[in-house]
Amino acid sequence: MRRRSLVHAAVAASAIALVVSGCGGSSSGGGSAPKAAKNEFNAGVTGVRNVSSKTGGTLNLIADSDCDYYDPARTYYGHCWDMQRLFSRSLMGYDAKPGESGLNAVPDLAQSAGTSDDGGKTWTYKLRPGLKYETGDTITSKDVKYAIERVFAGSVINGGPTYYVTYLCPTALNSSGGCDSYKGPYKDKDPNHLGLSTITTPDDNTIVFHLNQKVGDWNYIMALPGSTPVPIAYDQGPKGGAKYTFHPISSGPYMFQSYSPGKSLTLVRNPNWQASTDPFRKALVDKVVFTIDTNDEDVDNRLLNNIADVDINGVGVQVSTQSKILTNPTLKARADNPVTGATRYLAIDQNIAPFNNINCRIAVQYGVSKVDWQTARGGPIGGGDIATTMLNPDVKGFTHFDLYPDNIGQGDVAKAKDYLQKCGKPNGFSTHLATTTTTNGKNMATAVQSSLKRVGINVTIDAGRRSPTSRRSSTHSRPTGRPSYGSSTARSR
Amino acid sequence: MTAPLDVQGNAAEAQPEAVLAGVEAKAIEGRSLGQIAWMRLKRDKVALGSGVFILFLLAVAILAGPITKLYGHDPFIFNSNLIDPNLGTPKGAFGGASTSHWFGVEPINGRDILARIIYGARISMIIAFLATGVSVIIGSIAGMAAGYFGGWIDSLLSRIMDLLLAFPLLLFAIALVAVLGDYSAPGLSPDNTRVALLVVIIGFFNWPYIGRIIRGQTLSLREKEYVEAARSLGAGSGRILFRELLPNLIGPILVYSTLIIPTNILFEAALSFLGVGVRIPNPSWGGMLSDAAQGYFQIDPMFMVVPGVALFVTVMAFNLFGDGLRDALDPRSER
Repeated sequence: MRRRSLVHAAVAASAIALVVSGCGGSSSGGGSAPKAAKNEFNAGVTGVRNVSSKTGGTLNLIADSDCDYYDPARTYYGHCWDMQRLFSRSLMGYDAKPGESGLNAVPDLAQSAGTSDDGGKTWTYKLRPGLKYETGDTITSKDVKYAIERVFAGSVINGGPTYYVTYLCPTALNSSGGCDSYKGPYKDKDPNHLGLSTITTPDDNTIVFHLNQKVGDWNYIMALPGSTPVPIAYDQGPKGGAKYTFHPISSGPYMFQSYSPGKSLTLVRNPNWQASTDPFRKALVDKVVFTIDTNDEDVDNRLLNNIADVDINGVGVQVSTQSKILTNPTLKARADNPVTGATRYLAIDQNIAPFNNINCRIAVQYGVSKVDWQTARGGPIGGGDIATTMLNPDVKGFTHFDLYPDNIGQGDVAKAKDYLQKCGKPNGFSTHLATTTTTNGKNMATAVQSSLKRVGINVTIDAGRRSPTSRRSSTHSRPTGRPSYGSSTARSR
Repeated sequence: MTAPLDVQGNAAEAQPEAVLAGVEAKAIEGRSLGQIAWMRLKRDKVALGSGVFILFLLAVAILAGPITKLYGHDPFIFNSNLIDPNLGTPKGAFGGASTSHWFGVEPINGRDILARIIYGARISMIIAFLATGVSVIIGSIAGMAAGYFGGWIDSLLSRIMDLLLAFPLLLFAIALVAVLGDYSAPGLSPDNTRVALLVVIIGFFNWPYIGRIIRGQTLSLREKEYVEAARSLGAGSGRILFRELLPNLIGPILVYSTLIIPTNILFEAALSFLGVGVRIPNPSWGGMLSDAAQGYFQIDPMFMVVPGVALFVTVMAFNLFGDGLRDALDPRSER
């Protein structure tokens, strides 16, 4: 189930653009000024609503859970990467433009996109002049190198993407994908904590990456928050390392004022950030307040009542709110339905009988009605398109592909029964399905249960509990270096 | 309630109402207290109507399978074609009510509401009656023992009752169901385990209410002449408790049972509403209300109205019947 979510724009239509496209559509990065969109349904998908250059005010962000980490090297939640844009700048970044042009990695801290003379093994970046942290200290290329070294210290800095380790380890990776020859800056023998030999900094403005293999999309890897510079002295001090997440030193337009984990985060202007050094952040508001509200219905109500401006989770409103918006022309005009980056799928554990037989897994693939699941998530608008691949259409290079055609997601009962026969369970079997206790979770689980019953597979739903099924699957080793969301899944869209 | 139900004769003196009724009869005959109570109940049309409704509900609950089969809709089958996919709400007015789906269908999945109400009635009745049974059995025995033996037994049992009455039941129930949620007892499916768990929780924590009432009744009854007589004839405690006292306690036990049942129905609904009731996808009225309360009541009011009305009417019927029964059995008691 690919997620196409109804994002509600509420009063701050420009704020939606802020999160989606980072602090308002700027034109200083080159190209034409953003198209001022009319206030109508989906206007925010291809344009910017309520384009403005006025400064001041407070932006109220909301979400149903706190970020995993605020440390740019450790966070792996999509919406937290969006949050990072407020206070973290990496070498490259995604352009703050609506629509497809927002998919391009453009230089952020770097003067221009990285270049390679040898087909992708050596990449060179030059920093813009005049870059400063919130402390007033100058950002140097050594800080960028240090930030990437931190990712090697897996016992301290964990949770985030590990591409850097994969491509920058001076020696071959060990069997679990780790790097034995460099263990991160906290165990560095170099007195300056800059001992990683595969990154060189000829001067304070230049950084050169010597990769262990050719990597064509290195500019995109540099657009991840992990290459955000980290001040060396601060990180080596008492507030650094594992504690850096509680107050990362800002290189962007906003900096931490106060943070109480699980409750709220307040960001204020970073006086040392200069708009002239930033190609796409507009930073119009004076203050950003992020509130965590665990009640999803309440989150929606705050958006509808203009108490909150943006649900940064960006996974869309609840199904019931969706009906409210779609049936109310005023609300609908303020709403957008973009394709989000998420693909929902049903994970099947290969270790648990009878799913150790691929035919039983294929039977489930054909048995599940993806349409019912889609309806449970809010139909074609809220529930997204029915996915046939893990990749999303909003990823560059996407091509449509369908290995298991099943009547446009309705499921194919006859084929499912064929595969049950091949799997040696002609009369079906019984199994468990773990889900969340949320309304959506229960609705989706019930949809799977009901559609699998058609082919004779009886599903017991375990709501709100990680079933033994999913616990056991975690013993699978996760291939390091790639964000793998369930390597062992017969994907059920 | 001063004499055993089976004492006959001379009722004319003791019960003036019986005389009035008896005038129309060809010959004046003695009536048992049971007969008198039934006579009074028959005169109370509201209670009688409630009683008939309860019987109807019980029949529906017991015959839920055949009835839904006859009606033609399974409570678990999705009817996605009756749902507007983008709104999630049923197509058509009144929650998709039609000649085929009398009370409409649920939003999102299109399951037939009437079929789910019928199955929900069964769950409600099973849990409410079994839990009441648990409460009544424990409460009666403990209450009689406390009242009859007195002394340290009374002190101990009364303190236990105080303790249980002071217990934060709802929180405990939520925690217990959350912990034992997916546990399945030997020989029971997870679904049935959950039902059994709810019965035990609701039943066990409600017995002190009936226990206190029975204790009070027993305290006054144990001083009666017929108890003295039984004791002087050499009857043991067991015989006095179960053969002399219990029959005289049937009245209050019956009355309070009918009053506990609706409380238990509501309690089960409350637990289901909070998401710790019966397991999905089994229907329950509280669960349906809970789903409807997730914002659907504004766009699809029928989804909330139907289980709400079912719950309301059922609880009211039990309460009215319980009141009528109390009046019939003990007309002197104040409301």
